[in-house]
Amino acid sequence: MNYRSELRNYQLEQHNFRLRLAFMAVLVLVCFGILGSRFFFLQMLKYDYFQTLAENNRISLVPIVPNRGLILDRNGVILAHNFFAYTLEITPSKVKNVEDTINEISEFIEVSAADRKRFKKLRAQSHSFESVPIRTHLNEVEAARFAVNRYRFHGVEIRSRLFRHYPENNLGAHMLGYIGRINDRDLTALSEANELSNYKGSDHIGKSGLEQYYERQLHGTTGFQQVEIDADGHAVRVLSSTPPVPGDNLILSIDSKLQRIGEEAFGDHRGAMVAINPKNGEVLAYVSQPTFDPNLFVDGIDSESWKALNESIDKPLINRPMRGIYPPGSTFKPFVALAGLEAGKREPPFSISDPGYFMLPGSSHRYRDWKPGGHGQVDVQRAITVSCDTFFYGLALDMGIERLTSFVSHFGFGRKTDIDMKGEMSGLLPTPEWKWKRWKQRWFPGETVITGIGQGYTLVTPLQLAQATAILANKGVAMRPRLVSSIQDARNGVVTPNPAIVVDRVTLDPHHVEIVTQGMVNVTLPGGTAASIGAGSPYAIAAKTGTAQVIGIKQNEKYNESKINERHLDHALFIAYAPADDPTIAIAVIVENGRHGGSTAGPIARKIMDYYLLGKEPPPPAPAADAAVTNAPEPAHEEELHD
Amino acid sequence: MINRFGSYVVRHIDSFLMGSLLFTMLVGLFVLYSASGQNVDRVLSQAANMGAALAIMWIAANIAPQHLERLALPLYILGMVLLVGVFFFGEISHGARRWLHIGFARIQPSELMKIAVPMLLAWYFSRRDNTLSLSNHAIGALLLAIPVAFIMKQPDLGTSLLIASSGFYVLFLAGLSWRLLIGLAVFAGVMAPIFWTMLHDYQRKRIEILFDPYQDPLGAGYHTIQATIALGSGGIAGKGWLHGTQSQLDFLPERTTDFIFAVFGEEFGLMGNLLLLLLFTLIIGRGMVIAGQAQNMFSRLLAGSITLTFFTYVFVNIGMVSGILPVVGVPLPLISYGGTSLVTLLLGFGILMSIHTHKKLVTS
Repeated sequence: MNYRSELRNYQLEQHNFRLRLAFMAVLVLVCFGILGSRFFFLQMLKYDYFQTLAENNRISLVPIVPNRGLILDRNGVILAHNFFAYTLEITPSKVKNVEDTINEISEFIEVSAADRKRFKKLRAQSHSFESVPIRTHLNEVEAARFAVNRYRFHGVEIRSRLFRHYPENNLGAHMLGYIGRINDRDLTALSEANELSNYKGSDHIGKSGLEQYYERQLHGTTGFQQVEIDADGHAVRVLSSTPPVPGDNLILSIDSKLQRIGEEAFGDHRGAMVAINPKNGEVLAYVSQPTFDPNLFVDGIDSESWKALNESIDKPLINRPMRGIYPPGSTFKPFVALAGLEAGKREPPFSISDPGYFMLPGSSHRYRDWKPGGHGQVDVQRAITVSCDTFFYGLALDMGIERLTSFVSHFGFGRKTDIDMKGEMSGLLPTPEWKWKRWKQRWFPGETVITGIGQGYTLVTPLQLAQATAILANKGVAMRPRLVSSIQDARNGVVTPNPAIVVDRVTLDPHHVEIVTQGMVNVTLPGGTAASIGAGSPYAIAAKTGTAQVIGIKQNEKYNESKINERHLDHALFIAYAPADDPTIAIAVIVENGRHGGSTAGPIARKIMDYYLLGKEPPPPAPAADAAVTNAPEPAHEEELHD
Repeated sequence: MINRFGSYVVRHIDSFLMGSLLFTMLVGLFVLYSASGQNVDRVLSQAANMGAALAIMWIAANIAPQHLERLALPLYILGMVLLVGVFFFGEISHGARRWLHIGFARIQPSELMKIAVPMLLAWYFSRRDNTLSLSNHAIGALLLAIPVAFIMKQPDLGTSLLIASSGFYVLFLAGLSWRLLIGLAVFAGVMAPIFWTMLHDYQRKRIEILFDPYQDPLGAGYHTIQATIALGSGGIAGKGWLHGTQSQLDFLPERTTDFIFAVFGEEFGLMGNLLLLLLFTLIIGRGMVIAGQAQNMFSRLLAGSITLTFFTYVFVNIGMVSGILPVVGVPLPLISYGGTSLVTLLLGFGILMSIHTHKKLVTS
């Protein structure tokens, strides 16, 4: 009985157990059924969807940034090139605490305060998923040191980046311009130009000068690589590749030697000089003083350097040749003279007897000549040579402002020269119409009078003045001035010339041109206003000096150089072309507060012409003679005065 | 002589179970080769783990169940002592306190508990009469809850879940009343929100992300998203061995351990998945047959629990990889890389074999 009951218990136990086990077996099958249907769902129903996802996961289009084109001078001297350097970069979105990460990095790689500042600035300008350099130009030791510690830093990487470098540093900085990091404004512009896809992977863009104007040519076409990547974004294998097309090289018409001579000739003076080949419009030298080092801008300029440059009273960042505007002063006279001749007003032997002043009919106001007592008997040619104000006061009045300005506009005054740089100023050639629009005032005859000597409202840029001189030298044929003479395909070296373009042509009587030219040649001969400039020259120089007032001089007040603050001294101007009979170079020089065109601006032009025409190099520059007046503080600047 | 030795060796080995296990482990080695980026060292090291685990299985298979029964209580006590030791002196790694240094070695007491807990509970219930009272179950539940609580505290959600389920299976198979079960289910429903507050942030996050992995595609949801992409893109036939792009290209995290099934599913597709599921079903089925035929309460409860715990491993792992269960750290049994869990698993199968092959010795 006992045994039987145990047996029955045993059997019951086993029966109950088996029931429960069977229940669990069903549960197991149900669960596996769920798994199976999940597989069915993922691998059959949603296969296409996941297949696409996996493909996208796997294949990534990686841009290959093209090499930026080089900039070379006319003799092949490199003015801008690229080199590879290691940078240490942080992708802020991948890093938990950027500040801590930088501190940890700085334990074994030097990170200066300036580096941190720049990083902060760049980071503010970038998206969080973009990598931002914390250090640039890592040396091999530093790169190796980081490589060892790399595992500790997720989101920090060493990258090899192409850096822009301007080996001649300050030389021609305004003309070359510089590149900088692409900012939001650049992005908008790129997107409007439908160029955004070509800038995937690029992080720099031309910001000024030629780097900006020729951005499209210099940048090249971005290539693409289809790569298999892993989840960290590291390329595992290249599937296909479209190579980038490197940017074109720019070959400038600039002669870097001439450029350097021009820059050094300025010494400590501020100002601008442009030399143009009048026959084809090639710009031979393009000087803006003081200058700056464009290399500072490439990695993102630090705030101290930026402050120093931007707040300097010398305004080194201003591209003076095309953005500085000045009254042309007496350099305007040859053009007025030609206008008079062409209008049949001052044909020799017409002459005046100069009492040293000019008076409007019915007025007692005296427009004084620069020479008290006057120049005596003066014809048009002599008027240029001695820079007789009285002659041109009368001529301007006689011609009338409209005729005068409409004629001289053929020399490019009052409009942009269309040089291959952005941001050019157009200067000002005043008319009664303009004055009415601008000031709601009628035009006074006295304003016509002073326009005759390049004063009053008339304003020019040094580039415009050089262009006008070149047009005169080329006997009325205006060539478009340009800095780039040809563009070279970096792949095969094929050179495409940047063609010379005639932008304007005014028919001039050769005899009249001859009269003006002779008057200008006489300027550099004994008795002329710049006789010292022509001294010892084996070639004939046609030139004109000029001074432009910075502040108005009151009637009957004697202009006293010593009394005036250096920054209020007159600007010295000088235009020239040579050889006078068949000119190959036309120059305009402006020395700010340089007082006399003949003494400060003229020698600069002479040095340029001597090197260009004779290959003669000037002796090494001597220290500035008039150091006494160079440091006088004065915040005013031409642009502010005239804008 | 050799024959006799051979028959001695295989005397307590269940050939059906052994064959299924070996085949599954072989598949595991192939998947591991692919998942590790064709790392032969990794495969050899796993093969060595398998060898060691098989040796332990053989030993377990040769220990009669009645000896195991006697070991149950001491083993449980030892395990508890070690767990308490971990709690106070354990070594922290990856934010969890799981390991304990005992002079010469580093051990993970929670692994021991995977076997010790079902053994103890099977022993406890087999000593009672056939009429089990509620209090018996309450005591059983307490014996289970203590180690589970310690392990959860480490924290090791995956292991505590497995141990809890292994204990629950014993309770269930021992005849836990249905009414109580339903009552417990209702209770659990009520307690769930309270339990929720007790979870660690990362555990809570994992559960939240389960329902919407795209909530955090680069963070906690990343595992799930990448794993489902891998599985889904495998299609019906798979991309072929060594050709899974997701796995070969490093998109899959933990792809040799917890997420190895994604590699398998990507390379062998729906067909492969169903075949693997069939293999697991065969093993589980065999385990159930062994449990059903076992001759005493201890053996059948233990065999049932071991088998169903194996099922839990499989279901939780594949469920999490295919995105229907939360991501808890549970490896895919017999396939995932790692020696510790393999040893525990095969020890369990050794016990199953022992139960099956020692039957005749118990009854006449």
